[in-house]
Amino acid sequence: MAEVIKIKKGLDIKMIGQAEKIYVKAPRAKTYAIKPVDWHGLTPKIIPKLCDEVKVGTPIFFDKYHPEVKFTSPVSGILLSINRGERRRIIEVVIEDDGKNTPETFLKGEPSSFKREQIVESLLESGLWPAIRQRPYTVIAKPEQHPKSIFISAFDTAPLAPDLDFVLKDMEEDFQWGVNVLKQLTEGKIYLSLDGRYPSVRTLSATKGVEINRFKGPHPAGNVGIQISKLDPINKGEVVWVVQPQDVVAIGRLFKTGKYDPSVLVAVTGSRVEKPQYYKTIRGAAVSTLLEKQLKEGENRVISGNVLNGRQIDGEKGYVGFFDSQVTVIPEGNQYEFFGWMKPGFNKKSLSRSFASTWLLPNKQFDLDTNIHGGERAFVMTGEYEKVLPMDIYPVQLLKSILANDIDKMERLGIYELDEEDLALCEFVCTSKTPVTKILRDGLKSMRKEMEE
Amino acid sequence: MSSLRRFVDKIKPPFEKGGKLHIFLSGFEAIETFLFVPNKVTSGRVHIKDANDMKRSLILVMIAMVPALLFGIWNTGFHHFQALGTDAGFWQMVGFGFLKILPMFIVSYVVGLGIEIAFAQMRHEEVAEGYFVTGMLIPMVMPVDVPLWMVAVATVFAVVIGKEVFGGTGMNILNPALIARAFLFFAYPSHMSGSTVWIAGLTDGTGVIDGYSGSTILGQAAQNATTFVNGLGQPYTRMDMFLGTIPGSFGETSTLAILIGAAILILTGVGSWKIIFSVFAGGAVMGLILNLFAVNTFMELPFYEHLMLGGFAFGAVFMATDPVTGAQTERGKWIYGFLIGIMAILIRVLNPAYPEGVMMAILLMNVFAPLIDHYIVEANIRKRLKRAKVVAN
Repeated sequence: MAEVIKIKKGLDIKMIGQAEKIYVKAPRAKTYAIKPVDWHGLTPKIIPKLCDEVKVGTPIFFDKYHPEVKFTSPVSGILLSINRGERRRIIEVVIEDDGKNTPETFLKGEPSSFKREQIVESLLESGLWPAIRQRPYTVIAKPEQHPKSIFISAFDTAPLAPDLDFVLKDMEEDFQWGVNVLKQLTEGKIYLSLDGRYPSVRTLSATKGVEINRFKGPHPAGNVGIQISKLDPINKGEVVWVVQPQDVVAIGRLFKTGKYDPSVLVAVTGSRVEKPQYYKTIRGAAVSTLLEKQLKEGENRVISGNVLNGRQIDGEKGYVGFFDSQVTVIPEGNQYEFFGWMKPGFNKKSLSRSFASTWLLPNKQFDLDTNIHGGERAFVMTGEYEKVLPMDIYPVQLLKSILANDIDKMERLGIYELDEEDLALCEFVCTSKTPVTKILRDGLKSMRKEMEE
Repeated sequence: MSSLRRFVDKIKPPFEKGGKLHIFLSGFEAIETFLFVPNKVTSGRVHIKDANDMKRSLILVMIAMVPALLFGIWNTGFHHFQALGTDAGFWQMVGFGFLKILPMFIVSYVVGLGIEIAFAQMRHEEVAEGYFVTGMLIPMVMPVDVPLWMVAVATVFAVVIGKEVFGGTGMNILNPALIARAFLFFAYPSHMSGSTVWIAGLTDGTGVIDGYSGSTILGQAAQNATTFVNGLGQPYTRMDMFLGTIPGSFGETSTLAILIGAAILILTGVGSWKIIFSVFAGGAVMGLILNLFAVNTFMELPFYEHLMLGGFAFGAVFMATDPVTGAQTERGKWIYGFLIGIMAILIRVLNPAYPEGVMMAILLMNVFAPLIDHYIVEANIRKRLKRAKVVAN
């Protein structure tokens, strides 16, 4: 086994509400939804009409600019509604479940016995292709492209993140099938990153046909972007694909059974959850099924995903995102705090060493809320971002080049290597409260526009 | 507390957009956010934020300057009564020093904050906290006997020309407090150097004992004096230099007090230890080099005495570390600090017209800091391009 790669920079944010390692079957939801907003730069075109019947794996919309990329229903039932937001942008495509799970059937058999085209075709038809995303830009991979490598990160270091070793337990075989499928898609390597901390044997340690690397260090060590930069950094013109481990399992099952299996394990976490634990549920489930009798009193923020890269959703009407294996509920911080900036701060989390908690309570679990803790300012402090970004990139200079819309400079400063989640900690620690991840996404958008149009 | 909050909420409406007092919104907000951390919540994909903010960071810089400030207050009184030849108690010295410095602080803060608030209102921004620190630095780098109107003029110049024309806090190129000092140094040299301005009451001269000289050690060294003596003719010891019982600008004399401040900055992580360390290292190296080629007293001065004299320590700890005007890359900080140290001692020793080389050195390196960063970042870019080419082959 390869050596452990040590990540020194970063920050582990310890919070209250880690999920206990037990899982329960979530009650079946009445409705399920696929949310086009889960993918960057996607313009959906709806296929069935309202009230049309769909099966598990029936396409419900496709990408306007890549019609071959289809998104399918996770359950059988009828197309109930198309919820739109500002400027009639489609937010959710909602399916009403009939509880029957009638499946569509797809190609079945040993992945090695199929050609690349057949595999691509089956992934596209089943709706699992959108689970494969490319770097740069973190958008859906192009089926005709051959990536230089494929990355799978089998551990998550984000705050309150699910323990993927627990999640993937007993799925090793399906995972291996999934890896065998992915092997047909690239001439390059498949990199599987495992947690480098004790114990050294992990659920996926025995996976074959991959290069296994172990990473050890604080968040963002588990981010696939960091791992790519250490193992096979992205240069101009190069493309790397990334797949999440639960999606690899789904891809494996597709070829093993010939059916799309949308089941996922989701950790429900956070200080406002009565009993944080794991739920076995189905992709795109109404979040209310996971939060039933679980929410504590008070004004809460429900997040699909983790606190550093999740999306706020409605606790009653919202749906879990396609890629999220975690739901986090934390208190809203919309109250004033008298002389808050002067207090010693025993209950405050900070990278700087200016709060009592840093000195006296290094292992404290915090009950963090959504307050910004200050006002937005120009860039003043230096060296903060660099402490939490374990990549050879100058983040402040890059952000300034994005603000100046200097495409050339963005490229030279390494924008291709980054995704929002990689800079999320920079936004967290920023004394000037700069919206770092939003600026980065704007930069990635204009970069993509420049390169691909 | 909540009653105060209710009161603030009650008087707020006229200041908001469309209200009668809207032109005072920035000022109102400055006071409101001083009392209460705002209730704004996150809206993007990062849902939690670090508890640290600009107010907290800058208040720590101010706390770090307090030891030097307190020592300066006492030292002002101490030298004043020494010059008069009267015996005074500890509290008498402190009281005198306090009353001497208080008007300078008031002038600095009232003038500077007034301009800041006006500009913030013009730009429809919140008032930036940068002036908290600048307003404290300005009096601390002035000779005690400088007239108040000069402090006011220098403050106006520093804030308007040094900062606001560039776009406010975070956009300026030069350290505003140093601009204030440099402005007075060139506009009114007789009030900023010489042998009388460093001790309260000496410029005026009433009641001062005959033959009392208020020249600084650096001033004496520039005159090629073989021994350094205080106003009464007694020789200075190294302990005097370290503790700071010597004449000089108000806050700069005590190396001990400044080192306590440095410890606070480094422990809380607000000030860059790389810059502080490398300024001292640069100064020491230059001091040693000059010793090798020494032809006069100044060049023979041991390097560690250089570090304790004049504004060297103060500049290294509180001025060079300004994150806005200093180098911003971590590697750049080493170079930036080291060059400040080198230049400070070089200017100080080889150009007798400017015994205060630190101010010049920091301003000079402020100008070069973006260039240093540029080369550091270019190196990173080249590395990336090289990696791409290797793959392409």
